[in-house]
Order: sequence, then C-alpha cells, then structure tokens
Amino acid sequence: MNLALVKPTMDGAASDVFAVARDRLPGKGPVAEVRQAAFDDFAQKGLPHRRVEEWKYTDLRVLLREVAPLAPPPDQAALDHAKKALASLDVNGAHRLVLVDGAFAPQLSDTASEAGVTVQTLRAMLENADIAARADLLRTSVASDAMISLNAAMATDGVVIDVAENAALGKPIHIVHVSTQSKAAAFTRSLVKVANGAHVTLIESFVAADGAAGYQAHDSVVLWAGDGADVQHIRLVEDARDAANIATAIVTLGERTQYRAFNLTSGSAVCRYQAFLRFDGQNAHADVNGVSLLNDRQHADTTLVLDHAVPHCTSNEVFRAVVDDQAHSVFQGRINVHPDAQKTDARMMTRALLLSDEAEADNKPELEIFADDVQCGHGATTGALDDSLLFYLRARGLPEKEAQALLIQAFVGEAMESIADETLREVAIATAERWLAARG
Amino acid sequence: MSALLEVRNLQVRVEEREILHGLSLTVNKGEVHAIMGPNGSGKSTLSHVIAGKPGYEVTGGEILFKGEDLLEMDPDERAAKGVFLAFQYPVEIPGVATMTFLRTALNAQRKARGESEYSTPDFLKKVREVAASLNIPQEMLRRGVNVGFSGGEKKRNEVLQMALFEPSLCILDEMDSGLDIDALRIAADGVNALRSSERAMVVITHYQRLLNYIVPDFVHVMSKGRVVKSGGKELALELEESGYAQFEDQAA
Repeated sequence: MNLALVKPTMDGAASDVFAVARDRLPGKGPVAEVRQAAFDDFAQKGLPHRRVEEWKYTDLRVLLREVAPLAPPPDQAALDHAKKALASLDVNGAHRLVLVDGAFAPQLSDTASEAGVTVQTLRAMLENADIAARADLLRTSVASDAMISLNAAMATDGVVIDVAENAALGKPIHIVHVSTQSKAAAFTRSLVKVANGAHVTLIESFVAADGAAGYQAHDSVVLWAGDGADVQHIRLVEDARDAANIATAIVTLGERTQYRAFNLTSGSAVCRYQAFLRFDGQNAHADVNGVSLLNDRQHADTTLVLDHAVPHCTSNEVFRAVVDDQAHSVFQGRINVHPDAQKTDARMMTRALLLSDEAEADNKPELEIFADDVQCGHGATTGALDDSLLFYLRARGLPEKEAQALLIQAFVGEAMESIADETLREVAIATAERWLAARG
Repeated sequence: MSALLEVRNLQVRVEEREILHGLSLTVNKGEVHAIMGPNGSGKSTLSHVIAGKPGYEVTGGEILFKGEDLLEMDPDERAAKGVFLAFQYPVEIPGVATMTFLRTALNAQRKARGESEYSTPDFLKKVREVAASLNIPQEMLRRGVNVGFSGGEKKRNEVLQMALFEPSLCILDEMDSGLDIDALRIAADGVNALRSSERAMVVITHYQRLLNYIVPDFVHVMSKGRVVKSGGKELALELEESGYAQFEDQAA
C-alpha cells in the first residue's frame, strides 16, 4: 500500500530511544522478543507522516519531530508533585489508579481490594515468568500502526484490570496519567477485561504536574467487553498545552454488549486518539462520541475505526470540534461492514465550529460496506457561530463572550449525551467550561 | 423631563442602500405607539437598529434612550438598560434549555446594572408565575429555546421574557405574523398586562388587526424610510379602509 513511500530508515535518535531504554523495560525472554519485534516494526515504518493515509492530517514527523527519551522512574519528589496535580481532578469517589511518568504509583492509588475487580500492574505481570502468555500483553493484531508498535516496544507499566462476571461495580475505575517530567516520554499500556454481564465505568484522565512541559504521553488501552456487559468509557485529556498525547484504544465487544464512549480533548499541543472497535457478538450497541476544544496552535486528531464484523449491531458516532485561533481539528471515522454483518445500523455525524478565520477542521468519513442489508449514514458540517443566534442572546442581555460560550456549550452538549452518569457528564461540562473561561 | 426614546433624523444604510432617510420618533413613558407601513418601508430596520443588530450602518441622526446615546452601546448593554425587542421570528437555539437561557439572561442584565443575581428558588418562583399567566406549560421551559415551539408558543415565549426582564421599552416587531386569532389574543393579553405608566411600547405591524387587541395611543405611518403621518388610534382604522397607496405617493 504505502510501503513504497515510507522512508525505510529511522534517524539514529529514535533508535537510541529504544537502545537506551531497553534495560529498564520490564520483562525478559519472550517479552523482550516481542518488544524487539515491535520496535523493529516501528523503526521500519518510522514516525507516521502525511503520506501514510491513516495519518494524512497528523504528520508526526512535523508535529512531534522525534520520540522523547523515556522519563525516569518517579522519585519521591515526582510523586509529591503528582499528588498536587491529583487534587485538581473533578472526578470524586472513583477507584483511582495513578500512573506517574509511566509507572504505577501505589502510594497515590486506591489499593484496597474491591469486590468484583482485580487490579495488577503491567510491570509485575511482564516480569512474572510464571505467566506463560505474558508476552501476549504487548501483542495486538488489530492494525499495523507505527505508534501501536512503538507503544508495545516501550511500555513500562500500566494496569491490568479484570472485572468478574456479572459484577456491578459500585464506583467507576479511574486511571489517571500524571506527567511530572519535561521533555520526557511516558509509555503506558493498560488491559481491561470485563467479563460477561458486568457493569463498569472506566475513566481515563491525562494531566500534567505543575510546570511539566513539552512531554509526551504514549498510551494504549486494550478493552474486552464480554457478552451482555455494560461499559461506559470516558477519556479526559487535559495535558499541558505544549505536550503531546498519542493514544490508542482497542475495543472488542461481545454479544448484547452496551458500550458508551466519550472522549474529551482540551489539552496538549499535539493529540492523536485512535480507537479501533470491533463487534464480535451480535446485538451489541456502541456510542462513540467525542469533543475537541482547541485554540492557539493545538492540533487534535480523533480517528475511529469501527468493524461491524457480525450481524445485528448498531453504532452511533457523534463528534464535535470547537476550533479557535490557528488550531487544527481532525476527525477520521471509518466504518467497515463485513460481508456477514447484515442488519448493521451505523451512524456517524461530525460537526466542527470554527471560531476564527485561521482555524482548520478536517473531517474524513470512510464507509466500506460489504453487506447489502444495512443502514449506514454519515454527515459532516463545518461552520461558524450563527450570527442570528448570537444577536438574539445579546439582545437578551448576554455579553458577547457569554453568548458565544452558551452556544458553544450547546454545540458540544449533544456529544456529551452519551455520558449516562449525570455526575460524570457534569465533570465533562466543567472541563468544557474551564476551556471556555480560559478563552477570556 | 426627557423622552424615554428619542429618534432624531435617523439615516441607516444596509450594504450601500439607504433604508431609513431621516426618521424621527419620540416615545414617552407610559405610551403605546404603533408603527404601520407596507413591506419594505423600513419598520423592521428601525426595530433592529434600536436593538443594536449588526449589519446596519447609521450614517446620520441619533437615538437617545433615557437621555443616553443608544448607538454607542452594545446590544447587551441596551438590554440591561431596558430595551427589549420581541422578535418577528424568534430563533431556535437547540441545546440551550429555555430555563437556563432565561436565568442566564436575567442575571446578566442584573449584573450589568449592578444588582444582585436572583437565587434559584426566587427565580423559579417568578418564572412559574409568569409562565402560568401566559398559559406556558413547565414542560416547554425544559426544552431548548423555541425548539419545536409553534408560532404562537414562540411569541408567548417572547412575552414571557418581556414580563421577566421588565424592560422600560418594548418593541414588538410584527408580533401578529404567523399567529391565528386565538394565539394572537393570548399574546396580546400578555402584552396588555405589561402596560404601565413606567413602560412604553412600540408596536410594529403591517395589519390593523393586532391593534384591536393592543390599542395604541399613537399611530405612525411609515413609507420609504420615513414617518409620513402620525395620529391617534383612529389613523389605523383609516388605513384599513384606504390602504397604504396614498402614503407611498406622498413619500415619493
């Protein structure tokens, strides 16, 4: 496909990143072999660039330039620093699991056992020679992607969560990524297995400790939701404004599974969230929604790939981008309907609101349909705030910024409706309000 | 004692075309003025310029409101000072609940005037009272602003806001458009309930019909961007008989 165009060589710096880090990466034997193979794949591909179709609008050779060196394991000062950042989180009452600079921090996490859920660290499992299949923790078959390979090669830690059959967890599981080191990279990988019939809310937050700048957060989440499971998956990316966040989610849904995802990006200079979702059992439903709130020169890319591999599944994607100044929003939505996936109902709607003349939004819907009895619909719009609505609000006494803020909140509100939990929806709304308030 | 609203020799352009050619109008507290005229005579332009809608260039004249230069103020400042335009076509704002909108707007106006914001219970009590008097169900207030409202409901929602914000000048732009007679009566009753010695109204209409329900103190006939005749309420009836043609000739 793009092979002929891909530069076959990596510059020395990227290779060094792995060579320098290798001894620090957990897992020997088969784990080290998988890492090496993954890194070789990355080295062969190099950082994705505009001639790789899936990364067309997000050229990491331009935006990221290079992979930053691995952050050092957090010392006491880093942990103290991270602890302060946790205080600003809006999510309360969750089962909190904290990763600081790519390492699980038990001191900052809720480690008390809770009925129906077991949590282990990726590091411990990779290092446990008794686990025969430990190398599989780093394997993925979903896509050939340089950044997935890089993550597998470099992952230092993460959480491995098992939710028991029919468990209904009393509180959400909250994975918090805190970066404390400037110009360093954290590589995390978490695996979440939700057994049949279990109900789970999974939240991921990405935040910076005060002063951490120019760092890179590389993350992968692999999630299996069993038959009849009900999974709510919320991501809140509020990284430092000059940071990079490159994240992948790989989601597999069983029969009759309900999966409701919401991704909010308001932080980081460069952000890529790519989710690969596969329907493996019939009569499942997925809502995959997202909001990007961008200004200055922020670049955020949401790329969703949905595979309707079996019949009778439904999916709905609602994406909203609010783009100010010289920021750039990218939405790519791919829906693959496999030959057997009759009665698929897949919908995708993406809308961008441009608040300045220099703001840019790219929407790329791609539908590939091999079954004949399906309903697939997609739509994309890009526009400015409606002047007639603005005037109506101003004529009722709202100053310009407040009128804009109200309309922007209404614009993103529809995408937030997939958050069933009212408290969490308010967390998302509060994040949007912070962004709006910062606009001044 | 100065007039509440003083429009002096107002000249307004829209995209190089002059719409108002020196319009003057004086409105005192407690008065209800009707402005009538054929389509294109500049009635709606006048209402938009008073409310501060962008896109109009004032090339001459002035508008004083309570003695202050209205044209120097942003639309939201005008609202806070007591100017209220009831829109001919109220817009739909999906995603903004009517209740949220009403509270945000009312508190923005109060804040601009240096008054304290309403507490939630006080606000809710006030909205419920006003809504009940206008036959507006609570369910409507939970919906997006004007979303899915009928023509009559939209106009009642305008009157609801008027009652809530307590402006000193209400401009009703073609309030009767798109309303059947029952809807018109409810809206007009709502407006009449707000008539007071402290408040003035400017009722813009194409048809005399509305003025059976909202009886004006003064009637002005506009044609081609000017007021060509002013009189008492009987002028409206006269117009109903003879039409606007005579005035179009006068203005030309």
